[in-house]
Amino acid sequence: MTAMLPPPFAALEPFAPTWCLATESERWRRRHVSTMADLSAFYDAVFPRLEEAIEFCNQFPLDDLPPDVTNLLQLIHSLVMVSMAVEIFGQPKTIDAADAVLDRVREPMP
Amino acid sequence: MSRFPRPFEGTWTEHYPELGTDPVTYDDSISPEFYELERRAIFKRAWLNVGRVEQLAKPGSYFTKEVAVTNASIVVVRDREGEVRAFHNVCRHRGNKLVWNDFPREETEGVARQFVCKYHGWRYGLDGALNHVQQESEFFDLDKSCYGLVPVHCEVWAGFIFVNFAHQPEQSLREFLGPMITALEGYPFGRMTERFAYRTEVHANWKLFVDAFAEFYHAPVLHAKQSRERYAAAGQKLGFEAPYYRIDGPHRLVSTAGVRNWEMGDDAVKRSEVLTRGGLFGPWDKPDLGKMPPGVNPGRCDPWGLDSFQLFPNFVILIWSQGWYLTYHYWPTSYNTHTFDGNVYFLPARTARERIAHEMTAVTFKEFALQDGNTLEATQLSLETRAVDRFHLNDQEVLLRHLHKVVGDWVDEYSFANEGQP
Repeated sequence: MTAMLPPPFAALEPFAPTWCLATESERWRRRHVSTMADLSAFYDAVFPRLEEAIEFCNQFPLDDLPPDVTNLLQLIHSLVMVSMAVEIFGQPKTIDAADAVLDRVREPMP
Repeated sequence: MSRFPRPFEGTWTEHYPELGTDPVTYDDSISPEFYELERRAIFKRAWLNVGRVEQLAKPGSYFTKEVAVTNASIVVVRDREGEVRAFHNVCRHRGNKLVWNDFPREETEGVARQFVCKYHGWRYGLDGALNHVQQESEFFDLDKSCYGLVPVHCEVWAGFIFVNFAHQPEQSLREFLGPMITALEGYPFGRMTERFAYRTEVHANWKLFVDAFAEFYHAPVLHAKQSRERYAAAGQKLGFEAPYYRIDGPHRLVSTAGVRNWEMGDDAVKRSEVLTRGGLFGPWDKPDLGKMPPGVNPGRCDPWGLDSFQLFPNFVILIWSQGWYLTYHYWPTSYNTHTFDGNVYFLPARTARERIAHEMTAVTFKEFALQDGNTLEATQLSLETRAVDRFHLNDQEVLLRHLHKVVGDWVDEYSFANEGQP
């Protein structure tokens, strides 16, 4: 299988197929079909590498990221997506939000 | 005991004596009959924001907007001269919807040299003129110059595109906006083109969601579980007090004092915010936007957090001290439903680091808005029981009094003029 992420982040490859997602709606959906164990495993693996990963992406022009760096940036966006669930809520769903919905219908890429 | 100075009357509410201090009713939010009046008295008379000029990048750029509350579909387009125009989205031949893609109720956008009706091929220029009729010689006394698209009054202020569905608007857009809003001219809205757009259908009257974002009294309670425990506990103990409120004609403003996450202890801030340098209040690294126009932070609050400008009837511009802004639109679809649009705008990210701080900000905005949205259906259902019909509002909720009063005033004035009864 070819690597999705830049070589220094090879240890995060197991999470790449699940969490390298281009849009917020895909990341939101993934968070909500995951268990807390899934979210914590992802968070615990990526969070210690977050600063390094941001710094790595930052070396490239944002409008011309190589494909593996785009994947790494998407992985960081996914960490952002799960951070509230893991750090604050202790559940995938926004706490006290009942069945409220808010769809992101437009966003900058990547 | 007030943390911030209040007007000499002692309270913000009494500073605007026409608002009164009595309990209020929400009869205006649970009545199909009142909603029908609002449609005619307010939404067909007020200037309504439908977007920004950046959505129309070049001549021929267009978007359609479904405005259920006025029973209209419009197409907004930049013509060959660069002028922004709006038309009813209706072909003059047999009334087919002119601009749409696969589904007639869905909005669309694009770039066109002309608009061609899918039905019989009538063609309209970007200026609305009827330029071509298929088999024109088969028609009887058809003067093409009389059958252009029906225009909708359209004016632009600070890059915001407004329309007015009145035959003849009673005020120009600038007059309608008034001095508090026009003093925002010069804010770099036009440079903040990185946009995150959110939309949802809300099962509540549109005014109840305007109310929800018109006070921050709810914040320490409703949003308690969005924060680290220490931060939440401090918020509940202190409660919330805004340093500044202002009312100007039908429009309203509340400013908040600043919160500086990055100056708080580690046990009060989320770990991921520290690394991504973003959060509810925006990117931690503030861009240099140059000198601010006088309309921004008009109360000269220091520290200053944000200004929430609520433009009558259904449009909010929320300017944050961290150099970004939000807009909210509440588009009624019935007396107890509406479509909510939230847009988050930043200066375009130049680096991945900036992009990540923006992502954290936008994601956090959504988490909070979901909690704000959750209470609305419950409030609507509960009000509709009519078991209780008088409700107290405190001084931090002064803007709610104002919205419902202005709505009532516009409806009364319209009813009196048109139906001879208040």
